Amino acid sequence: MQILFKTRYEDDLKFLARTGEKVRVGLVVVLLLAAPLFLQNFYLGELGLLLVYAIAGIGLMILTGHTGQVSFGHAAFLGIGAYCHSILMSHGVPFSLSVVATVLLCGAVGMAIGRSASKMHGFYLAIATLAFLILVETLLGEWEAVTGGHGGFKVPKLVVFGQPLTAVWQQYYVDLLCVFAVVLGAANLFRSPTGRSFLAVRDSELSARSLGVNVEWVKVQAFGVSAAITGLAGLLLAHHLTYLSPEVFGVLESLKLMLMIVVGGLGSILGAIFGAILVSALPIAISFLKDALPPAIGQQAGLEPLLFGVIIVLFIVFEPQGIYGRWMKIRYFFETFPYYRKSSFVRQKSYLKTERMR
Amino acid sequence: MLQVNDVIHLALTGLAQGCAYGLIALGFVLIYKATEVVNFAHGEFMMLGAFTVLAYSEAMGGSFWPAFILGCLTIGAVGYLIDAQIMRRIIGQSSASIFIMTVAFGFIFRSLAGMIWGWKTLSLSTPFVGKIAINADISIGTDRVSIVVATVILCGVLYLFFSRTRFGIAMQAASQNQLAAYYMGIPVKRLVSITWAIGAMIAAAAGALLAPVTQVDTAIGFLGIKALAGAIVGGFGSIPGALLGCLLIGVIEPFADFYFPAIKGVSAYVVMLLVLFVRPEGLISQTFQKKV
Repeated sequence: MQILFKTRYEDDLKFLARTGEKVRVGLVVVLLLAAPLFLQNFYLGELGLLLVYAIAGIGLMILTGHTGQVSFGHAAFLGIGAYCHSILMSHGVPFSLSVVATVLLCGAVGMAIGRSASKMHGFYLAIATLAFLILVETLLGEWEAVTGGHGGFKVPKLVVFGQPLTAVWQQYYVDLLCVFAVVLGAANLFRSPTGRSFLAVRDSELSARSLGVNVEWVKVQAFGVSAAITGLAGLLLAHHLTYLSPEVFGVLESLKLMLMIVVGGLGSILGAIFGAILVSALPIAISFLKDALPPAIGQQAGLEPLLFGVIIVLFIVFEPQGIYGRWMKIRYFFETFPYYRKSSFVRQKSYLKTERMR
Repeated sequence: MLQVNDVIHLALTGLAQGCAYGLIALGFVLIYKATEVVNFAHGEFMMLGAFTVLAYSEAMGGSFWPAFILGCLTIGAVGYLIDAQIMRRIIGQSSASIFIMTVAFGFIFRSLAGMIWGWKTLSLSTPFVGKIAINADISIGTDRVSIVVATVILCGVLYLFFSRTRFGIAMQAASQNQLAAYYMGIPVKRLVSITWAIGAMIAAAAGALLAPVTQVDTAIGFLGIKALAGAIVGGFGSIPGALLGCLLIGVIEPFADFYFPAIKGVSAYVVMLLVLFVRPEGLISQTFQKKV
């Protein structure tokens, strides 16, 4: 186990303190940068989609994992981002301007939701965001003059600074650039006072308020940041889908985002990325499974939501910390070998947390 | 423009629909009060109830009432097992995990129902056919009246159960303070599971009674979300509040659909969001701010 010996105050602010972390992250970055060299176009496209979902996951993670505000409506921000960007671009607005406008719009909508959500808590918030999602989906379907309704909306080609980027690898690098920006930004956020106050609100609103944190404003900020990042993911997703329809941004998509952060591990950026990997790998695994299973089971229509649900339930019951928690345990096992004990991570006795008094 | 008769007719239909929401919301609120878990899969309990009653009634040659009772008991057992085997293990985890868990259950139930009974819409034959005429122009279906009657009866029975029986009072005690209830020798764990069973049974009854109106389909679970919206409008912490909210939603809905056809089917959520903006705790509040 590496002992961290801090000699300067700046050591506390380092993104990656341990040598092992630096090596691993560096390796992943190099692999991602070099991916177009050795991946076929299909897998490269899937990898790009994975990166987009990782962005959306980080967006939701900041809200649910770090600030403790449950949102079932994040697919709505994905939808708003995708539609706003496509509509702006089809009206001739350049890519860079459209991205800025879309992210700002999503952030503003998020802050408006957060403003009204700052008084709600727990499941009131969950159900309010769910209602918001259903309303947005209906609006996207009904407002045919602008969104094309249920008939769909064709996404314009990806053109950055007058340079058409239509090849798969070019699009992949755009996604990758956004992922780097978002991961760096999120990591930076959580070493700033703003990010720290997010965590304080999650752990206890009461003690956060006692320490002088403006809880309402923190919730508004968290919603704004989270919605803006999810909107960014939405506009990148639009270029992957090439054809938008309101049903894509429905309740199932929200469940997918939720699955990502819960299974990945609530409360860590790495968890969102793990979750995105799982969500992207799952359809491929399911399609393999369909061939392997007898046709009576394999060809059933509801297999995918069923497996999604079962995976969520199993993870929450047996590994509430998600993949990230399991990864921590494995790392701890090797770092402290042979001192790891099963009881190192056993949960303390837990009681029902009441929401009626808060 | 609406005639007076149309208004009365819409209001009556809305009232019956509101009672249906109220019937579903009863189960939500019961489970919430006992365990502080909002069961997003409650609409799916209702859907499963409708399907099981249908299956039993087909197996028994079309008789409704025995199938109804058997179906309710089956779903009650499912509710009991869900709590005893799964929900009990995750007490104390973050509320986000618990919500997501119940939503996941909803998806599992819906897929399973689709796999077992197919994705097509089925219809359940009930003894409630025909219409009751109120005057020359206004009449209301017997199926809708049966829902209103069932809501009234169930509310009365539950009220008596919770205020008069030893069992019900023990449940109230467990819901108010679990630790204190333990010290008094109340078997809290079993009571909580039984509350889940009762909630699931009410949902199954609602599903079977609603079957003539909504048909039997894997998608009818979404009615549960509307019932939840109604319960939130009224205030989730109390049964009368939740019922009131559901009635309100039920009556507003047909009129909103008539005047704003663009938001057909989602007006309940608009009303809920409006109420939450003004009064975040619902119309009848049950939450208190902790003071240090």
